[in-house]
Amino acid sequence: MTDTRTNTDASGPGAIGPVELNTSQIGTERQGDGKQTPSQTVGPFFGYALPYNKGWELVPPHRADAIRLHGTVFDGDGAVVPDAILEIWQADATGTFSREQGSLEPDGYTFTGFGRASVNLAGHYSFTTVKPGPTSVGRAPSVLVTVFARGLTHHLFTRVFFPEDTDAHGTDAVLAAVPADRRSTLLSVSDGPASYRFDIRLQGDGETVFLDFEN
Amino acid sequence: MNSQNEITEEILAIEADARKSVEAGGSPELHPRRDYAPYRSSLLRHPTHELVRVDPEEIERVSPAFGHTDVSLLESDLTIAHAAEPIGERITVSGHVLDGEGRPVRNQLVEIWQANAAGRYVHKRDQHPAPLDPNFTGVGRAITGENGEYTFQTIKPGPYPWRNHVNAWRPAHIHFSLFGSAFTQRLVTQMYFPSDPLFALDPIYQSIADPAARQRLIGAYDHSLSVPEYSLGYRWDIVLTGPKSTWMEGEEDHD
Repeated sequence: MTDTRTNTDASGPGAIGPVELNTSQIGTERQGDGKQTPSQTVGPFFGYALPYNKGWELVPPHRADAIRLHGTVFDGDGAVVPDAILEIWQADATGTFSREQGSLEPDGYTFTGFGRASVNLAGHYSFTTVKPGPTSVGRAPSVLVTVFARGLTHHLFTRVFFPEDTDAHGTDAVLAAVPADRRSTLLSVSDGPASYRFDIRLQGDGETVFLDFEN
Repeated sequence: MNSQNEITEEILAIEADARKSVEAGGSPELHPRRDYAPYRSSLLRHPTHELVRVDPEEIERVSPAFGHTDVSLLESDLTIAHAAEPIGERITVSGHVLDGEGRPVRNQLVEIWQANAAGRYVHKRDQHPAPLDPNFTGVGRAITGENGEYTFQTIKPGPYPWRNHVNAWRPAHIHFSLFGSAFTQRLVTQMYFPSDPLFALDPIYQSIADPAARQRLIGAYDHSLSVPEYSLGYRWDIVLTGPKSTWMEGEEDHD
């Protein structure tokens, strides 16, 4: 790779390229009061920045055990949200989480457990992944979901469970923490062979349960 | 659409309400309110139920692994992505990513995106009639180092108008996306520049009702980061939440 700037004369401005502007200048001096940095909305203009090629493909769609996890994001009026971006993080089919790098450059073989997908103008997102195994005894298989959108001042965490795991739902600690009449908002719906639909309602009737891990 | 004065009144009323709550012994709010009416887009998009609090399990105590398989060193310089240099005030933005205990967050992904010097995003739905810069896309990525440090080379973004209310303008900012060592530490935020006259008017910045918390989003001009005859330096440290195991110890102390 070469520095493409026009002025690369080593004696003048522009001599300092990205490699020389390294982190050694930063030192250990600290700025700020050391308290938590507040969140801010992702805004509307992330579309050329956050999505990356095949971010929605945790595994290639032709893999024998591939599933589709998809759905639509709705606002409090039931209108589709056309400018949300979702991330998922999950264990593999055996319930093990990956320590592999390479999420941003999917090679079609390495399972990193992470994916990112923007919704389209109809508010619809879609991931290709595998169904995770339970991560420990008593846990139901689930996929962790983070939702970002214009209008969300802070991202929202939720989880998707799978409809066929009824027995495990009875012992899962997350589902147990959710009021019984809202648990169904965390269940995906089987809508075809190896396809699960999980709609997200940010507000109002059937509002999706969102999770908080903070104190 | 409402006027700026109407929006500003709403902002001040919420801030006064938050101040009263702190004076009555409440903790200052660390994060923006999810239901923040002056930011009109939040009205139909905030959950109305309380978030359900759960203990993170093992998979939430780790994070996706990113590294130099994912990100090239060149991606932290936003001024070299095109044939020539972008227009604008060249800046170096540098700092540390830390956890709630001040420990460095190492080898994690930092992503940024921003408008160009004229306040225009490359995004196709940005209709602000300011010029695009053929030499600036405004996207950068970096992996934090051993001390949690990151550095970006870019140009200072311009403020830009939006349609929250009449004559609404966003203060200049850079969007940041961060991962911690635990999934629960995920953060998307914005860094601002010192002394921006638009701070008091902006419902996104003001969605954080506590004035001290808002200040944490402002990078500090740091002359030691300025590069002679090249760029002006801003220092901005980012503190993520947790990790949870640490809070549990802290909670026991207070019980």
